[in-house]
Amino acid sequence: MDPEQLIACPACDVLHRDQEVAKHTVARCARCGTVLAAPKSGAMTRIAMLSLTALILLAAAAGFPFLELQAQGLSHRASVLDAVLAFSRGPMAPLSLATGLLIVLLPAARYGALVYTLAPMALGWHPAPHAAAVYRWAERLKPWAMAEIFIIGVAVALVKVSGLARVGLGPAFWAFAALLVVTILTDSSICRLTVWKTLKTRRGS
Amino acid sequence: MENPEDPPRFLTAAEAGLTGCRTCGAVNPGGAQTCYSCRSALTPPSAYSLQRVWAWLAAGLIAYVPANIYPMLRTTTFGRASENTLVGGIAELFSHGSYGVAFIVFFASIVIPVAKFLAIGYLAVSVRRPATLGSHDRLVLYEVVEFIGRWSMIDVFVVAILTALVQLDFAAAVTPGIAAVSFALSVAFTMLAAQSFDPRLIWNAEKREYE
Repeated sequence: MDPEQLIACPACDVLHRDQEVAKHTVARCARCGTVLAAPKSGAMTRIAMLSLTALILLAAAAGFPFLELQAQGLSHRASVLDAVLAFSRGPMAPLSLATGLLIVLLPAARYGALVYTLAPMALGWHPAPHAAAVYRWAERLKPWAMAEIFIIGVAVALVKVSGLARVGLGPAFWAFAALLVVTILTDSSICRLTVWKTLKTRRGS
Repeated sequence: MENPEDPPRFLTAAEAGLTGCRTCGAVNPGGAQTCYSCRSALTPPSAYSLQRVWAWLAAGLIAYVPANIYPMLRTTTFGRASENTLVGGIAELFSHGSYGVAFIVFFASIVIPVAKFLAIGYLAVSVRRPATLGSHDRLVLYEVVEFIGRWSMIDVFVVAILTALVQLDFAAAVTPGIAAVSFALSVAFTMLAAQSFDPRLIWNAEKREYE
């Protein structure tokens, strides 16, 4: 049998015949149950649009006022950049770089990569140049894009200071909160192997 | 050739002399280095990858020690300075009556890291020894570890936000402690340990062909 007609489960390596899977059905590995294909109509459009939304929200989160603390006549504004630069003094400076990467730059890179690879798929075009390499990076960045974890951290921090001071929430806070929802929606829509298969077939046609 | 979809006998790509791609599922010839479909580097399921798991896990454990000993936060209120360690911060939240948040932080910075060390260690050991948990349960364990591990980073972000926000000159100021760095490193190292683990090895334990 031609290896091109086979698919190996990425979790347990069992070989399956690569068949056409009907829309809105899920093909799972016979041994471990890992999803091998889950084609949905309009999934590519959906992911591309969600990723674009996420990029806009990230830009808003980086640009707009984030939080304002008021206590005893004093007030202090903090932007997302201030949170990134929190560790910039002294020997902890590399952690500032890491924070900036984790909460803004890597999520932006991941969503940018998803738009770049999936928008042409959604429009029914040929894949963009280097689409495979770009999508591979999008998958590799996924665990390190932590914008949605950051907003939970913000919520915890707000509870910590709520007893001492009043905190005003700026547009950037709501942008991050919306980003949490968009991230969950995006991640639940992506079926990795289906994206790869689409990239492969479109490249061939 | 036996039918790959005929249970309960399963034929894996490695057994068939082929190499399956863990990124896109494409089946490549045995000696292939890069996947023909997605151009990822191919690695046949081999117990050698466990060395990387153990190395990252050890690094994560080592970094977790100073993360607990040294202060995470230094708070100065009206000239009075106080330092909080990881556990101290949780105790303070608890004494203020914020049980829900105290529970979240306790879960993210104590329960998840410790459970993750144990889970990754168990998975790596179980590949070589007969395991008490079945293959399916161990795959679920692996997926849970991969999914939940990154959420431990919450505590580092809390420190970052508090430092950025609580800067009211003399009245109150927060500066980060060195434990924030070691905690962030510990989380990153254990994430790398989980990513280095090859779940295909879970089933190889039943066959012990790759030792």
